[in-house]
Amino acid sequence: MISVPFLVPLADAEPGNQALTISLFTAVVAVTLYITWWASRQNRTAADYYAGGRSFSGAQNGLAVAGDYMSAASFLGISGQIALYGYDGFLYSIGFLVAWLVALLLVAELLRNSGRFTMADQLAFRMKQRPVRTAAATSTIVVSIFYLLAQMVGAGSLVGLLLGVKSEGLKAGVIILVGALMIFYVTVGGMKGTTWVQIVKAVLLMAGTVLITFLVLVKFHFNISDLLGAAAAKSGKGESFLQPGLLYGKDLTGQIDFLSLGLALVLGTAGLPHILIRFYTVPDSRSARRSVQWAIGLIGAFYLMTLALGFGAAALLDTGKGSAVEASKGNVASPLLAESVGGGADSLGGAILLALIAAVAFATILAVVAGLTLTSASSFAHDLYANVIAKGKVTERQELRVARFAALGIGAVAIALAIPAQKLNIAFLVALAFAVAASANLPALLFNLFWRRFNTSGAVWSIYGGLISAVVLVIFSPVVSGKPTSMITGADFHWFPLSNPGIVSIPLGFLFGVLGTFLGSDRASEGRYNELSVRSLTGAGAEGPAKH
Amino acid sequence: MDEEVVRERDARAYEAVHSAADFTELKRRYTRFVVPWTITFMVWYLAYVACNNWARGFMSHKVIGHINVALIFGLLQFVSTFVIAALYGRFANRRLDPLASGLNAKYKRERRR
Repeated sequence: MISVPFLVPLADAEPGNQALTISLFTAVVAVTLYITWWASRQNRTAADYYAGGRSFSGAQNGLAVAGDYMSAASFLGISGQIALYGYDGFLYSIGFLVAWLVALLLVAELLRNSGRFTMADQLAFRMKQRPVRTAAATSTIVVSIFYLLAQMVGAGSLVGLLLGVKSEGLKAGVIILVGALMIFYVTVGGMKGTTWVQIVKAVLLMAGTVLITFLVLVKFHFNISDLLGAAAAKSGKGESFLQPGLLYGKDLTGQIDFLSLGLALVLGTAGLPHILIRFYTVPDSRSARRSVQWAIGLIGAFYLMTLALGFGAAALLDTGKGSAVEASKGNVASPLLAESVGGGADSLGGAILLALIAAVAFATILAVVAGLTLTSASSFAHDLYANVIAKGKVTERQELRVARFAALGIGAVAIALAIPAQKLNIAFLVALAFAVAASANLPALLFNLFWRRFNTSGAVWSIYGGLISAVVLVIFSPVVSGKPTSMITGADFHWFPLSNPGIVSIPLGFLFGVLGTFLGSDRASEGRYNELSVRSLTGAGAEGPAKH
Repeated sequence: MDEEVVRERDARAYEAVHSAADFTELKRRYTRFVVPWTITFMVWYLAYVACNNWARGFMSHKVIGHINVALIFGLLQFVSTFVIAALYGRFANRRLDPLASGLNAKYKRERRR
C-alpha cells in the first residue's frame, strides 16, 4: 500500500534550505494563481466552467490527464516503496499504466461523444434522469472525497516533512492552505484554470523526474544491471530485493489480496470520475483518443523513471532500520535522492535539487486536489441540483453559482475531515477509491454502452451495489481494524480477510447490474439505445467545442 | 422551434443512421478490434500478476547480469501497453474515422430534411 501519512520530519532541515524551498513553493503558488485569474476572464458559459470550453488539444489534455492522475502518492510513494521493497514496489505502477488501455479502447471516445459535463450525463442519456443521476452523483462524490482526503492528509505530512516542520498545528495550517488554494482554483478558474494548473504540474513533474533520473544513471554509467546490483547489495536483502515477494503475497491470503489489488487498479482508472470528465475538455472523440495516447506515453515514461529513482535511492541512500527513508515509509526517498545526486547534504547543488523536488511534489498535490474538487462540485451542481432537485428548471447562471458554492463546501468539508484524520492511517483510501470506481462506475458505464437490455434499475443497482459492497468489505477488513497497522487500533471487528475488496466487489457490481436489469419493471427504450450507439460511435449530435 | 418537434426530428435522423449499412460495418469493425485486444491485454496482465504470486522461481531466473525474468516481464507490460495504444490509434484513424465522419455527415443531412 502506498502511504503518505505518518511521516517523520526530515532530519534537521537547514534554515538556508528552508528559505529556498519556501521561495520555490511561493513561486509555484504565484504561477498557479496567475493562471487561474487569467482563466477566470474566459469563463462565461457552463461548457467553459465544466469542460474548459471543450477546446483543449489532444496533447494539452494528455498532459492534463497525466497531471490529474500522477499524485504525490505515485511520485513519492512508488519510488519510496521501490527503495524499501525493491521489485515489489514497482508492481503498483504496472496496474496503473495497463489500466489506460481500458480507458482508451472502451471508454474515452464513446464517453466524449455521448456525455456533456459529468459521468452521470452518459448514463442519463437513455435512463430515467433522477434515480440514475442521484446514484452516479453519490458514487462520484464518494470516490472523489476518498481520494481527496488521502491527498490532503498526505499534503499536510509531506509539506511538513519537506519544510522540516514538526508541529501538528503547522501541519493543520498546511492542510488549510492547500484547501484554500484548491477552492480558489476551482471556484475562480473552473475547468480551464484547473486544466492549466494540471498541465504546468505535469511539465514540472516530468522535467524534475527526467533530471534526477539522468543524474542517477550517470552515476552508474547508464548500466541498469550495475544499478540493480548496487541496490540489492546496499539494501542488505541481496537478490531477493530484485525478486517478487518482499511486500506482497507472503501467504495464500496475501496472494489473493494482491490479485484483488491488481484487478482494482486495472479496472478502476476508467471509472474514476475525475479522469472521465477530462475527456469532455476536447473538441471531438479523435482528440479524446489522442489525449489518452499522450497520457499513456507520459505516465508510462514517468513510471519507468520511478524505477531508476527507487533503485537509485536504494543504492545511494541509507534505507536501513532507523534511517529517514525507512521512518518516512519511503516518502522522502526521492527528495533525499535528489539532494544526494545534486552533490550531497552540505552542497549548494544538493540544496537546490532538494528544494526543486519539494516544489514539484507541492505542485503535484495542488493539481490533483483541484481536479477532485472540481469533479465533485460539478456533479453536485449539474446532477443533484440542476437535474434532481430543480428538475432541470434552472438557468445556467444559477447552476454555475451552485457549482462554485459546492466547491467551497466540498473544500471546507475536506479540510475539516483531513485535520483530525492526520493521526489515522488512511492511506488505504486511494486503493478504496479505485475499488469503488471499478465496482460501481465501470459496470454501469460498460453495460450502458454495450448492453441493449440494460435499464434504469440495472444502472441504479450496479452503482449502489458496487459502491456498498466495496465500502462494507473494507470496513470489515484488516485495514480498518484488527491489526497494528489498522486505522482503528483499539478494536477488532474484521471478518473479511483481504485488504483489497476488488476481487469480490467488482464481480458483485456487474452481477447487481444484471439482477437489477431483470428484476426491475422498467423496459429500456430501444430507440434511445440506438441513438446512444450511433452518437457514441460516430459523434453525431455530440457536444461541439464552444465558439467565442 | 418546438422542443418536441426537434426531439422527433433528431430521433428520426438517429434511426436513419442506425439502419445504414455503414453503421453496421462501423460497429462490426470496432467490436472486432476492441474485444480480442481487451481479452489479450487483460489475460497478459493477469498472467503477470499470477506469476508474481505463484511462479516466483521462474520470475527470479536471471537473464542478463542482475536483470531477471520478473523485471523483463514487468517492462514487457509497458511495451505491450505502448504497442496496443499505437495499434488502436492507427486502426481507428484508418478504419473507424472515415466511416464515422461519413455517418456524422449523414446525420446532419437527415436532420435538415
